[in-house]
Amino acid sequence: MNIKKGTPLIDQHDKDGFWGKKFGGNFIPETLKKPVEDLTILFEKLRKDRKFIKERDYYFKNWVGAPTPFIKLKNLTNYLDGAQIWTKVVSEANGGAHKIYNATVHCLIAKKAGKKYIVGDTGAGYAGKMLSMAAKKFGLKCKIFMGAKDIKRQKPNCDAMRKNGAEIIPVYTGSQTLVDAVSECMRYWVSNCDTTHMCVGSTVGPNIFVKICGWSTSQISRELLIQIKKEFAKIPKKIKLLNCVGGGSSSFGFWNEFMHYDKKQIEFVGVEAGGPKKSKRHAAPLTYGSKIGILHGASQYVIMDSEGQIEETESISAGLDYPGVSPLHCFLKDAKRARYTAASDEEALSAYQLVTKFENLNPSLEPSHAFAEAIKIAPKLSKETIIIVNSCGDAHKDKDILKQRLGI
Amino acid sequence: MAISPISLAFKKTKREKRPALLTYTVAGDNNKKKSLEILNSISKYVDICELGFPHNTPIGDGGQIQTSSYRAINNGIKMKDTFQIVRNFKKKKNSKPLLLMGYYNMIYQYGENKFLKKCKQVGVNGLIVVDLPWPDNKIFAKKCKKKSITFVQLISPTTSKKRMKNIIKDSHDMIYYISMLSTTGGKLKVSPKRILKNYHNIKKINKSKNVVIGFGITKKTIASLKKADGLVVGSPICAEISKSLKKRQNPVTNVTRMVSLLKNKIS
Repeated sequence: MNIKKGTPLIDQHDKDGFWGKKFGGNFIPETLKKPVEDLTILFEKLRKDRKFIKERDYYFKNWVGAPTPFIKLKNLTNYLDGAQIWTKVVSEANGGAHKIYNATVHCLIAKKAGKKYIVGDTGAGYAGKMLSMAAKKFGLKCKIFMGAKDIKRQKPNCDAMRKNGAEIIPVYTGSQTLVDAVSECMRYWVSNCDTTHMCVGSTVGPNIFVKICGWSTSQISRELLIQIKKEFAKIPKKIKLLNCVGGGSSSFGFWNEFMHYDKKQIEFVGVEAGGPKKSKRHAAPLTYGSKIGILHGASQYVIMDSEGQIEETESISAGLDYPGVSPLHCFLKDAKRARYTAASDEEALSAYQLVTKFENLNPSLEPSHAFAEAIKIAPKLSKETIIIVNSCGDAHKDKDILKQRLGI
Repeated sequence: MAISPISLAFKKTKREKRPALLTYTVAGDNNKKKSLEILNSISKYVDICELGFPHNTPIGDGGQIQTSSYRAINNGIKMKDTFQIVRNFKKKKNSKPLLLMGYYNMIYQYGENKFLKKCKQVGVNGLIVVDLPWPDNKIFAKKCKKKSITFVQLISPTTSKKRMKNIIKDSHDMIYYISMLSTTGGKLKVSPKRILKNYHNIKKINKSKNVVIGFGITKKTIASLKKADGLVVGSPICAEISKSLKKRQNPVTNVTRMVSLLKNKIS
């Protein structure tokens, strides 16, 4: 399985929508075929439209707040005494996480499609919060589907969604987390696809949703490439880009512009949620060798039983608590462009403690998984190695969990 | 090739100048024994039985069928149990043609060829795969045909005319028309007149295909769509099972009563 040079990764699928002939596709009910096709045609037109790109860039710059800072974590670097630790503080974006890029683009598309309503799924609540913000900004009525368990554990984001005028629809089926929220949101779209636009909150779902999301979050690496060149005068010889992976939207966006660099120069490391230390449950299909199955309209590595029933996952981080993973990451894994590993709940928590002890940074539990890996590998690496962690979310939403687990 | 039991069922109902009655129940709802009993008992009134093999992340099903599916899964139903239910049902002299219905991941994990072999062995007559639309289903549909298993193509109100023609061209002896934009179990939000208009558009393209209408069909709405070749009732039956369990009544009796009433409405 090879990555083609000169073509964006999101476009390296075959005519049936599969990356590497086996990941992605469109496993959807007949009713959604037409809306998905319409959306595909519209998006392909818009991304070639200079006016639309200008509009996107305008909102990214003036409303989202581009570029987000790229800084060195000097104290943490000194403490670990190995590779340099840098971070891209994507959580400085309006709303506090990378989900704002996808939400903004989806709302712009919905407007062009003449839709008045927008619906979306959310796990940690960031995708929902950002979609509610963008919907408010662009005058769309918004419904957010969220698992009942997640509503309880991510209250601050729920408050924000309601304040933005969005309606939160609690999902009580299955594990009552992200996986069920996405299913319910898709079911809602099946019934309302004539009036409503659907935003899938990550690089998952039917082919076109993977593409739109990846295209949107790629803003992160577009900024980073410029920032690296500015900071180091040229691209350093050894860079490691560390990012947490749930559905995989922030990591894909963090890596996209560096896709064609040799992996010996720019390595991609994806950190999945390993779940509680003593539990067998995890949300790390790439790390622990899950089989290929179909979830939410796409084939991917997914945690399931031998019959194909999707299994429940467990993670302290609601944003990573998902049994599947983007077809793009499955492709990157099989093409050996990216390396995937997992951090446990406990490792993420201690990473959070260490980072916040040394730095004026407040990464949410999701990027804390990536920091855990950075902390693990940095001491063994040379001082010339540049580790960059995407701090893609702010821990404000995690205050209840942090209080309960760490007493802070 | 011999005429399929599904085509025969439609021939019979056409002779009797009524639509075929199709029911949907979930294998293993509320347990293995009861779901077989339900099939055996309603068989008297039903022309074709649809049996769902439950999946836990269904993206096309509403609340009632989800409840039935989760109930079956929680009771430990596996594919082998589903096949066994079919085998035992088909053993009976008065059994009816049976379609298995479900999501592609279950077939994919089982292995397409192995799955079809097993279907053939136990007497499955047709398949409906909710999330394997045309043209992605072309290869699988051909495999079905080779085994004389009807692969049922779906058409919805959003299907364009051109696409419709292509789907019909690749379809076997039965086509499923989804009445409205909805998951299963939604309230009928389109007038029967409009549904029948779309239905006739399909028939105009190929008169010989048996077209059934499903979604939103209840004892209240079923008579208004009588002109169709067949009508599918699913969610109300699943809801009836849930209701019976709640009231500690026998779902077999209650579901049978409901199905006989449905039959009366279209006879």
